[in-house]
Amino acid sequence: MFNYYLRLALRSLKRNVVLTALMIAAIGVGIGASMTTLTVFRAMASDPIPQKSAQLFEPQIDNWGPLKHGEVTGESGSLPEQISYTDAMAWMNAHAARRQTAMYATSLALTPSNPEVRPFQVPARATFTDFFPMFDVPFLFGGPWSAADDADHADVVVITRELNDKVFGGANSVGKTVNLDNHDYRVVGVVDRWEPVPRFYDLNNDKYGKPEDLFLPFTRAIDGQMMMWGNNNCSGDVGVGWEGHLRSECVWLQFWAELPTSADAARYRSYLNNYAAEQQRAGRFHWPPHTELHDVREWLVYQHAVSDEVRILVLVSFSFLSVCLLNAMGLMLAKLLGRAGDIGVRRALGASRAAIFGQCLIESAVIGLAGGLLGLALTALGLLGLRSLLSDEVNRLAHLSPVDVGIAVLLAIVATTIAGLYPTWRAAHVQPAWQLKAQ
Amino acid sequence: MLKMTHLSKAYRTEVVETYALRDFSIHVREGEFVAVTGPSGSGKTTFLTIAGLLEEFSGGEYQLDGADVRGLNDNQRSRLRNEKIGFIFQAFNLIADLNVQDNIDVPLRYRGLNGAERRRRIQESLARVGLSARARHYPAELSGGQQQRVAIARALAGSPRLLLADEPTGNLDTQMARGVMDLLEELHRDGATIVMVTHDPELAIRAQREVHIVDGQVIDLAAHPRLIVGVQTHA
Repeated sequence: MFNYYLRLALRSLKRNVVLTALMIAAIGVGIGASMTTLTVFRAMASDPIPQKSAQLFEPQIDNWGPLKHGEVTGESGSLPEQISYTDAMAWMNAHAARRQTAMYATSLALTPSNPEVRPFQVPARATFTDFFPMFDVPFLFGGPWSAADDADHADVVVITRELNDKVFGGANSVGKTVNLDNHDYRVVGVVDRWEPVPRFYDLNNDKYGKPEDLFLPFTRAIDGQMMMWGNNNCSGDVGVGWEGHLRSECVWLQFWAELPTSADAARYRSYLNNYAAEQQRAGRFHWPPHTELHDVREWLVYQHAVSDEVRILVLVSFSFLSVCLLNAMGLMLAKLLGRAGDIGVRRALGASRAAIFGQCLIESAVIGLAGGLLGLALTALGLLGLRSLLSDEVNRLAHLSPVDVGIAVLLAIVATTIAGLYPTWRAAHVQPAWQLKAQ
Repeated sequence: MLKMTHLSKAYRTEVVETYALRDFSIHVREGEFVAVTGPSGSGKTTFLTIAGLLEEFSGGEYQLDGADVRGLNDNQRSRLRNEKIGFIFQAFNLIADLNVQDNIDVPLRYRGLNGAERRRRIQESLARVGLSARARHYPAELSGGQQQRVAIARALAGSPRLLLADEPTGNLDTQMARGVMDLLEELHRDGATIVMVTHDPELAIRAQREVHIVDGQVIDLAAHPRLIVGVQTHA
């Protein structure tokens, strides 16, 4: 009967083209509006590293004291989101996790070997070699530098595919040198396409932006006194000069630890608490030890990766979809009750209420499918509009994935079918005797 | 075939209870052609819709083909209606956006017959009413008489035990009406059980038997001679 009902639905839709177009337009506009915001929301709220998000942890430590909680975040009770150089080095040297890395964003001036090309600034990240296997960074050529390079403060870099295209014309540049801030660095690896969204490992700046174009050993960056290009929050003594800055309680480094099992995470928590207690005993902290450990998904929530404005926008757009569906429901009711005579005849000829219900429900689903397809087109237009209006950062989020397409169509069909339940129920309860008497 | 005993049908509002049928008894035997007559508002159509299981009744008993229909759920009533009853309406009630063969196909679809069986029945019933050449025409492309023939073909396609006709010639001119009545008589001769509601005495006279309804009750015409319009029991 499904095919029969489907044929009847298509025939019915053709019977009143204007009413059908209005219903499809109402659903399409609602789906378009809601999917535009939902697509952006999903990109913002998506798990950037689903295969490992439960194994990667960002530790926090209270090195400012409870009276200064929330000075950085503005939320009382919250710990600093970054850590000091003192803590970062202590945690790196402890090797308490399977893998760990401290890091910060910086920027270097790259002077191409071709004198006709002008030097340009390259966003860079100073980190440890564990960064690459921890975050499953894929390589096009070569690989990460070694732990020995970290220890030796080696002049080595990993560059992205884009930078490799720009500087080396896409050729394998492993072993070649790049000049950064008037110093030569050897390329050891070229990262293939890798764009986690949000950029979870450092949400301080450009949280939906691309990863940096270049990576170099943290130890080399510290040696080179490369300034951080991110948030640097200080409380109390900020220190004098570079060394003073390193010894200060300023928080400016991100730190990630890979802890494959829950037992590893529990052990690491103990380590952090013991470390904080040790710092208290040593007279550095004059308050009870306080540390926290968040995995990737918890960290995104903690850091408000999805802003409240976007959440409200999604809510508003789905409210709009509800209004559109109510509209469509009214039109469907008018359409189905306009066919009460035909329904009465079908009932007289042996159709049960369930049969009429099924027939009308399939008609609703067909309208939903058509509305969903229109909604998809409008979503694409909406995202195009967003791209032209908003920043590059948001542009990366404004694209339709196959999953988004599936969601749009499914949402349209399910929502329209639900909206069609009442009209369908009314149609199924048409009194055939009354209809036939009326005729 | 159709037996109603002390049947009643009341329409109730908060303050009023109106009886469309009251203490209504009728027995139509297999193979009979019965005309149900009566003035407007007498309850003829209510009787027909109850007989066709399109409406519930308030009291009494109704047996269709030996089965008590009281207490049947909607699915059971729909199946019974589909398998045992064929309807012919005054307004033809063809579905406008289905062509002739698709209209006839409707009850067969609900019966769950396969495609080959449905096609066979459609062809046979169209041949029976002389409209084989019009299978792909839409109702709007047919005359009133042809539309009623399609409605009869649709009723016949399911091989019903009982044909219920509600003023089957009410919307037709004299010539077309005669053609439809000839067809009904032919069906009766072939063994069909027909109950025809009509207010036209000339049509009623062509039935085997006439049942007269006044104010929702069957009237014994012999006891009320002034109501007699024609011969009540026809040869």
